[in-house]
Amino acid sequence: MNTAPLFTKDTTALFYNLKPLPIQQMLDFDFLCKRAIPSVAAIIHPGRSGYHKAFFGGQEILLPMYDTLARALQKHPGADVLINFASFRSAYVPAKEALESTTIKTVVIVAEGVTERQTKELIALAQKNNKIIIGPSTVGGIAAGRFRIAGYAGGKIENIVRAKLYHPGSVGLVSKSGGIMNEMFSMIARATDGIYEGVAIGGDVYPGSTLLDHLLRFEAMPEVKLMVAMSELGGKDEYGIIEAKEEGKITKPLVMWVAGTCASIFPWEVQFGHAGAKAGREQESADAKNQALKATGIIVPSSFEELENTIAETFKTVVPAGNYMPENPPVIPERKGTHFTSTISSDLGDEPTYNGIPIAELVAQEQTIGDVIGLLWFKKRLPLYFTKFLEISIILTADHGTGRERCYFFPVQRTAHHRATVWRRN
Amino acid sequence: MARYKIREYDAKRLMAENIPNLDCRNVLVTPETNLDVLPKEHPWLLTSKLVVKPDQLFGKRKKLGLVLINADFAQVKEFILTHRNKPLTIGKATDTLTHFLIEPYIPHEQEYYLSITSRRDGNTIHFSSEGGQDIEERWHSIKKIVVPTLGTVEGSMMNEEFLNGVPENHQPTIQQFIKNLYHAYLNLDFTYLELNPFTITAPGDICILDTVAHLDGSAAWKNSSRWNIPSFPPEFGKKSYPEETFIENLDRESGASLKLTILNPQGRIWNILSGGGASIIYLDTIVNRGYGQELANYGEYSGNPSMEESYHYAKTVIDLMTREHHPQGKILLIAGAIANFTDIEKTFQGIIRALREYQHQLREGNIKIFVRRGGPNYENGLALIEKAGKEIGVPMEIHGPDKPMVHIISPALEMLP
Repeated sequence: MNTAPLFTKDTTALFYNLKPLPIQQMLDFDFLCKRAIPSVAAIIHPGRSGYHKAFFGGQEILLPMYDTLARALQKHPGADVLINFASFRSAYVPAKEALESTTIKTVVIVAEGVTERQTKELIALAQKNNKIIIGPSTVGGIAAGRFRIAGYAGGKIENIVRAKLYHPGSVGLVSKSGGIMNEMFSMIARATDGIYEGVAIGGDVYPGSTLLDHLLRFEAMPEVKLMVAMSELGGKDEYGIIEAKEEGKITKPLVMWVAGTCASIFPWEVQFGHAGAKAGREQESADAKNQALKATGIIVPSSFEELENTIAETFKTVVPAGNYMPENPPVIPERKGTHFTSTISSDLGDEPTYNGIPIAELVAQEQTIGDVIGLLWFKKRLPLYFTKFLEISIILTADHGTGRERCYFFPVQRTAHHRATVWRRN
Repeated sequence: MARYKIREYDAKRLMAENIPNLDCRNVLVTPETNLDVLPKEHPWLLTSKLVVKPDQLFGKRKKLGLVLINADFAQVKEFILTHRNKPLTIGKATDTLTHFLIEPYIPHEQEYYLSITSRRDGNTIHFSSEGGQDIEERWHSIKKIVVPTLGTVEGSMMNEEFLNGVPENHQPTIQQFIKNLYHAYLNLDFTYLELNPFTITAPGDICILDTVAHLDGSAAWKNSSRWNIPSFPPEFGKKSYPEETFIENLDRESGASLKLTILNPQGRIWNILSGGGASIIYLDTIVNRGYGQELANYGEYSGNPSMEESYHYAKTVIDLMTREHHPQGKILLIAGAIANFTDIEKTFQGIIRALREYQHQLREGNIKIFVRRGGPNYENGLALIEKAGKEIGVPMEIHGPDKPMVHIISPALEMLP
């Protein structure tokens, strides 16, 4: 598997399905992290194209929106993450298309309830093309100070700030549960210098990438000093982690807990909230997995209640004590959306502008009507021969009498002129 | 959504409906079945020798003395009348026998074992020509092939060694059957299929004698007409409650997740928990403290349910917990991790509505409530529930995200003498 970093301060994503809240939350996180460019490059919204208005800090921006993924991929070759917010019924198709594309490296599938068969096909495809799937059934995650995966993990801005997620710490976290991510972010912020990267892989039977996949990525990141993994009963992925530990592929300290120790007291097999959370065999029970992990030298607390202490104690052994408090992030300015946005002319400032140029400047520069048409119609300054052509055209058609067949040049003017003509005749 | 075990009857029916030349006559006897009219609908019951056994998701029925073979219909009827509605205990689980499967008795000599199991990178096919009871003891005889996810079963995979022990004239039949079965396994979204045993009858047809099957619950939306299983049977020993079905339906209709399992209606610890992961951790902590026997329910809501859905969920739990009072009272945990996107204010408004509706019962039942939650708008949510608690006169202890998640368990358990 590819262990190169997936998320940097320059990573940009295509966002499948128009979900204004998580999109805005990704952009707000960008602002807190002082990213130079928004992390969402474009939106794909089947059946619609155009622009979506969002805020990047205090500034209102227009995110391009396409009706097909193919078009977005073609227009934004720099985006290498697909945030797939399609429903469980339709998530497979865009995920497959992205895995087959040349530009997307990471596919995040948010939907819960993708069939096992479809997920397995996507896993096989990802393996073949050396790509990574996060999810299905994930809230995503956070690359602290760099990129917010899918916009939900970490909660609201206040929580991001409280858990210091706008600043990279040195802990790599991977969890099956997404709902527990925020709790873990807070816990890790209390116990250590904070998260470097935190990923929820989702609670399905076959997550697109496993706990081990991400632990191996963390192992390869020099910034990560301590790894934390939260698992659950059901499945045998933990034994893969044990094998990796025994083979020396995991050398950094790893604190891990498998939840679901309660299952043994029930007389029948309880299906917990996550699809994968059911222990079919003794080997898949939380107790068996915790014991096996512990036996191989992975740090396993005696209960979840002990987890925070265990993380804090282990952290002290790998990172020297110090002041972990990063500087405060910028405060998001108060902002108000505009009702109408034109990319050509604007009257938002003190003075109206044509394509960004104040009209006083146009007057001062003695710009002609041809120059103005260039700015308004073509959104650029036109060369002299072109503005001359436009002016001659206006001269030739300014008064065209009642011969309407010749008034093809200015559709708007034609209507106005036409009305005037009718009025004159009357 | 999870994997579901299905009845042997449905498993055989599905295979027969989807695999050519697989004759499979059988009848499922449910609590509603009138045994006297059955032969009118299935005349073969009177003309064939029969097999009858319970069909309730548990195995080792022969060892439990619950399989009657080579019987006529009168004997089958007697067998069913003897066992119907009788309790049965297997290990820790006790349940009532309600469903039986009747099929023709197939005299046979050779028994084959075949299973298809799912793995991350494909599916595994296990086969043995020495199938039947106690197959575990002949594990050496089982041959396996792994079919990669994007691959298909090729004839070349099922070589001489794989089919070791199969008479030559039956080899093509079995090869074709495995291919067909694999195809059906994929298309019908099985996640587990075990045929132990199946046999080949004198005319050369495959006959499945016993089978265990699981389906992928996530594929229900695309298979509902092909599966034709209106509701999945509960685990043996798991009593089902109408309240669970109500929440199941609520969950199906909703974009959010709403789960409820009643563990012990006499328990004194009731839960309205949020999050698939956090809910398990709460239960772990309670069990770890030795209070497992007091746990009344498991459940979780997540994915930002509406106020209405939160109300119905909370009402269902509160209604169940206040039906019977306990002299020393009960506790209700309304707890979860710090939410990512579930609106705490909105969901708590739904819960508060249910609390207000049941305020008399809550007071009479001496119920104490412990709240811990964080996430979007938690300040408002916590303030609202605190106010409601004071107004209805139900004691509450309330914590926000600054306290660790399981912090409320200690003070809550202290309330249970």
